[in-house]
Amino acid sequence: MLQANEASGFGRKLPSYQFDAAKVIVSLDADFLGNWMNPVENGVGYGKGRKIDEKNPQMSKHYQFEGHLSTTGANADERFTHRPSETGAVALALLAAINGSVSAPSIADAKLKAGIEKAAADLKTHNGAGLVVSGSNDVNVQIVVNAINAAIGAYGSTINWGVTSNYRQGVDKRVSDLLSQMEAGQVGALLIADANPVYTYFDGERFGKALAKVKLTVSFSERLDETTALCQYSVPTHHFLESWGDAEPKSGLVSFMQPTIHPLFKTRQWQTSLLKWSGNDTTYETYLRNYWSGKIGSVELFEESLSRGIWETPGTVSAGAYSGGALANAANAISAAPKVSGAEIVLYQKVSIGAGAGASNPWLQELPDPISKACWGNYALISMKMAKELLGLDLVNGSEKSKNNYEYYPQKPVIKIAIGEKSVELPVLVIPGMNENTIAVAVGYGRADSLGKTAAGIGANVYPFAKLNGETVSYSNAVEITDMKRKEKIAQMQIHNSYEGRLDVVRETTLATFKQRPTEILDARNHLKEAYGGKEGDFRKEGTLYGVHANPGLKWGMNIDMNACYGCGACVVACHAENNVPVVGKNEVLRYHDMHWLRIDRYFVSDKENPDDLKGVVFQPMMCQHCDNAPCENVCPVAATNHSSEGINQMAYNRCIGTRYCANNCPYKVRRFNWADYTGADSFKNNQDQQTVGKLNDVVFQMNDELTRMVLNPDVTVRSRGVMEKCSFCVQRTQAAKLQAKKENRPLLDGEAKTACQQACAGDAIIFGNVNDPNTQISKVREENPQRSFLVLEQLHVLPNVTYLAKVRNTDEIIPGKGHHAKPATEHAGAEEGAHH
Amino acid sequence: MALLRYESQARPPLVDGSKDYHQVTEDICRPVETKPSKLWWVGFLISVVLLIFGIISVAVEVIYGTGQWNLNKTIGWGWDITNFVWWVGIGHAGTLISAILLLFRQGWRTGVNRAAEAMTIFAVMCAGQFPIWHMGRVWDAFFVLPYPNTRGPLWVNFNSPLLWDVFAISTYFTVSLLFWYSGLLPDLATLRDRAKVKWRKFFYGVAAFGWTGSTKHWQRHEALSLVLAGLSTPLVLSVHTIVSFDFATSVIPGWHTTIFPPYFVAGAIFSGFAMVQTLLLVTRKVLALEDYITIEHIEVMNKVIVLTGSIVGIAYLTELFMAWYSAVPAENFAFFENRLNLNSPYGWSYWLMMGCNVLSPQIFWFRKMRRNILLTFFMSILVNIGMWFERFVIIVTSIYRDYLPSSWSTYYSPSIWEIGFYMGTFGLFFTCYFLFAKFFPVIAIAEIKHILKKNGESYKNNMTEVEQEEINKFGHDHSHDHGA
Repeated sequence: MLQANEASGFGRKLPSYQFDAAKVIVSLDADFLGNWMNPVENGVGYGKGRKIDEKNPQMSKHYQFEGHLSTTGANADERFTHRPSETGAVALALLAAINGSVSAPSIADAKLKAGIEKAAADLKTHNGAGLVVSGSNDVNVQIVVNAINAAIGAYGSTINWGVTSNYRQGVDKRVSDLLSQMEAGQVGALLIADANPVYTYFDGERFGKALAKVKLTVSFSERLDETTALCQYSVPTHHFLESWGDAEPKSGLVSFMQPTIHPLFKTRQWQTSLLKWSGNDTTYETYLRNYWSGKIGSVELFEESLSRGIWETPGTVSAGAYSGGALANAANAISAAPKVSGAEIVLYQKVSIGAGAGASNPWLQELPDPISKACWGNYALISMKMAKELLGLDLVNGSEKSKNNYEYYPQKPVIKIAIGEKSVELPVLVIPGMNENTIAVAVGYGRADSLGKTAAGIGANVYPFAKLNGETVSYSNAVEITDMKRKEKIAQMQIHNSYEGRLDVVRETTLATFKQRPTEILDARNHLKEAYGGKEGDFRKEGTLYGVHANPGLKWGMNIDMNACYGCGACVVACHAENNVPVVGKNEVLRYHDMHWLRIDRYFVSDKENPDDLKGVVFQPMMCQHCDNAPCENVCPVAATNHSSEGINQMAYNRCIGTRYCANNCPYKVRRFNWADYTGADSFKNNQDQQTVGKLNDVVFQMNDELTRMVLNPDVTVRSRGVMEKCSFCVQRTQAAKLQAKKENRPLLDGEAKTACQQACAGDAIIFGNVNDPNTQISKVREENPQRSFLVLEQLHVLPNVTYLAKVRNTDEIIPGKGHHAKPATEHAGAEEGAHH
Repeated sequence: MALLRYESQARPPLVDGSKDYHQVTEDICRPVETKPSKLWWVGFLISVVLLIFGIISVAVEVIYGTGQWNLNKTIGWGWDITNFVWWVGIGHAGTLISAILLLFRQGWRTGVNRAAEAMTIFAVMCAGQFPIWHMGRVWDAFFVLPYPNTRGPLWVNFNSPLLWDVFAISTYFTVSLLFWYSGLLPDLATLRDRAKVKWRKFFYGVAAFGWTGSTKHWQRHEALSLVLAGLSTPLVLSVHTIVSFDFATSVIPGWHTTIFPPYFVAGAIFSGFAMVQTLLLVTRKVLALEDYITIEHIEVMNKVIVLTGSIVGIAYLTELFMAWYSAVPAENFAFFENRLNLNSPYGWSYWLMMGCNVLSPQIFWFRKMRRNILLTFFMSILVNIGMWFERFVIIVTSIYRDYLPSSWSTYYSPSIWEIGFYMGTFGLFFTCYFLFAKFFPVIAIAEIKHILKKNGESYKNNMTEVEQEEINKFGHDHSHDHGA
């Protein structure tokens, strides 16, 4: 991209993308919500554009063209798949359809062709409010994309050259040049910090060999990674939480980092080492302070910026100076590129593991991938069609039994992916929404044992399947695949992909349908209330034999906007960290013993006849719903789970005897049982060495060691085995906020108590607060969105305190009312359940 | 004297052969007073081995946690509660035989009630193991008892069916034990009186509570029996009703079913009788008690089996009908997808249950089949397999795929420790049963003597002489007897 931008006259820079300003977003293989540029920043902007005002329903329109199903693709309104090698052709065709400045390549797939034309027409209508981004690492493709953005008036409106993005400055060619110089013995000394080329470079093996030819190799790293292992000197640097630092992620925005903890070990920050070796005896901290105090103006101003974390000099909006000079050559190069037939591999980064940096973090390893819901390892994602052709596994028209077996058993068929001498064997996951010839495999796995107990021994390294395409590395390649006729287990936290048309679980619709029948959900809910309480009666009271809890004062509630949630899983990790949720490791995930208090349910909406054609994906964050008429509370024989006066369904861990009745009776299945001593907190000594059944992975022990236990949140109890646990609405935070308010002798303010998930959500999908106060954000959101609000399984009359806002896809499709959305199924269910009570 | 000739065809003798009272005592005391056979030893040792396996399995589970079983975040109960309900159900036949049949004055019960009651007690003991050891923190199990404590406002939750279970099962066990033991008293005294060795005299002496057989003792004994029968009778209905509430009061489709109480009770009696059949067919053979546990008993019990089996069958069909008729999608799915659909992961278990519980007992409509011992034995095993699967179907196939498709679980199969625990309860059951058969009379001696004279055969024998008398002599002999 840097080179392309240079060729397009912008200089070797990256602009700022304003996803919030874009009415039409077209992504060509860019996973901008997952790992493209700054996904958090993109997510914030994107989230703004996706939220709907019910009175005037409008949202941005998102087209995605890609080979495999990415997190971003899962959120697209319209999605078209193509071979990874066709991405250039798609870009070219899009440009051709917009202004005809290049000749369109032939696109064989009619659906794809129509999609390109539709996207082009939409971009043209929304001139100045469109945005096209591409994840391609091919300079020519990016040049074409720049031409498209110029043609649709994106520069200065949705793309700002006034503020540049500085996250990425590397150019592939420099690495390959360095490698040749190293091999030629021209490099005298190589200092490596924050990089692991032996692993992440596509030809890491060659890099490793070349390291031997360098006279001095020094690696500054936190741990013994693949590169450090091959360097002559390893100089352990601080952990990032022990480090000082500065960064300018965007021009004019300087961020300062200060340590949150004293160094635990005898390490030295690598910058300090460099200073020392260069004869400067100051520490990096002093150096940094001096530099920025001078730059900002005074020590006081620096201190102020340091405590705020940022120092800003506002940038201006600039359209930059586009020049289309390089377009013709780029277009020619793309057209001339050879067509690939057969299977193609595409390497992608998981949101959790990234390029491999997250591999040694147990929380991230245990975070299920937004799409596959699998964790602890990589696997080959393939299409239904490829599964049928290659493995004889027909998940579309095959027997019900074979489909069920594929779903229910974690053992999945293994394939061998090979290019020449290089090959890996990986189990496959068949998912909808894949291009039929594409195999997608995540990078970041297959790590060296020296990296620690977390990363070692899981998955396979697929970086070697990338290739050098001219001067840049291409992360897709043509491969040979063979069925290995054996199976391997994949640890998935969710195995069923469809919500089975259960409108009591998920409400999702299209924008056109919503405009046509806006009160559909509301009507159904009112009907349900009548079934419980009649027209006048109080349905809350009438619907149950049990009493209704009085919640004077505070009553906590949560709202989740399914339109704003794009499934990244940051909330899950936040919850994991905040609440001392144990890491259980691959073996236990395989036994369905994962402990996440908060999970994101992912449902594919696809055509039954042709599941490869994915209509949409629904992400539904699911945690304890804190029901006011909770089915878990009345079944506990010892009242270990009960209702607080603030409407929280709370757990008294000490009281819990572990009958698991509550979990069985929870219709949301959000309760998590401590099946084994995951935390070492049990009163039984030495009871983590089980061998016959439920052998624990090393990572569990790692999480229990003295050092790693420092991550525990001191405000939250560590649960012992044998007790049930679940989301507490971050009760430690609500308590702390209340206490603070009490100390200051004032009422609690809205937003003072934030749950961890809410805080972590870039899309601002989660809102939490006191629902008794009509002026809180939560009350307002519920007030303002009556037509999209729904409660999951409302017909059970468990009276959840978590409301959801229905997901709306921005398409023109009208979902038929009769027999689908207006289907009286849920209403009947409610009436029937009501009768039972 | 053809006028007086009376021979009952409708009521075959309850005890075969021409026994006198002494013979009865001899026959029934023989196994207690002689050295156990080789067969007994083999059976006993196998039982003890199973029991040890069970103890190890439970120990492993207590030390390492419930994760030693293959339950998961969706399937919180599996083999544990299945086994619990199965064992409790088995106990029911004993109570039914001893209590309800006593109240209904069904004489035939005396041949089988002792063993059936013992079976009840042992089965409830086995059943109790599961809710106890399935707890994640069993050392805190006493939290379920409502006793004054220093834990502040925390008290048991009377809304919880699991707490009702605690009361139901403990009451059931207590009453059954009392009933069984009070019935044993006269027989223990008999054994004491016949004892030739000192320890036997002492042991049975203490156990017999100083029973002398005085009229006062008998009167009190009879009164107590009636009271306990009166107490036990509602228990036959209530215990399994309460067990069914564990499921019926929940919100889970497939559990939340109002038909459960009668359905569970019928099922319990059904499986209980099957278990009685299994045990008694072996007992009568091994202990040579064919004259006391007769083919008539077996036939009567087979009738109960076909009746209760059919009730259970109707309950199954009613459930299916309601699942369809109610039009509740989740319920519909639980029955038609999770159960009926053979292609679903557990579909086979539903059909196994249907085959064993509903279809196969129908052969007992035929008298010939009812009186076939081998077939009865085979069927009794089949019914118990079927009834085990009924509970498995109810528990597992309901929760493994309930409301949220995201939480639909992977396939659940038991771990070795789950199997071990179940096997262990067999060990416990049979260890107890073998000891019982060795040290206690398996037939109620005192009670069977009540019905000995109700045998048509002996009646006929006694009448033969009278029948042959001259009419005048008969008149002379009998006419003044009563008036005098």
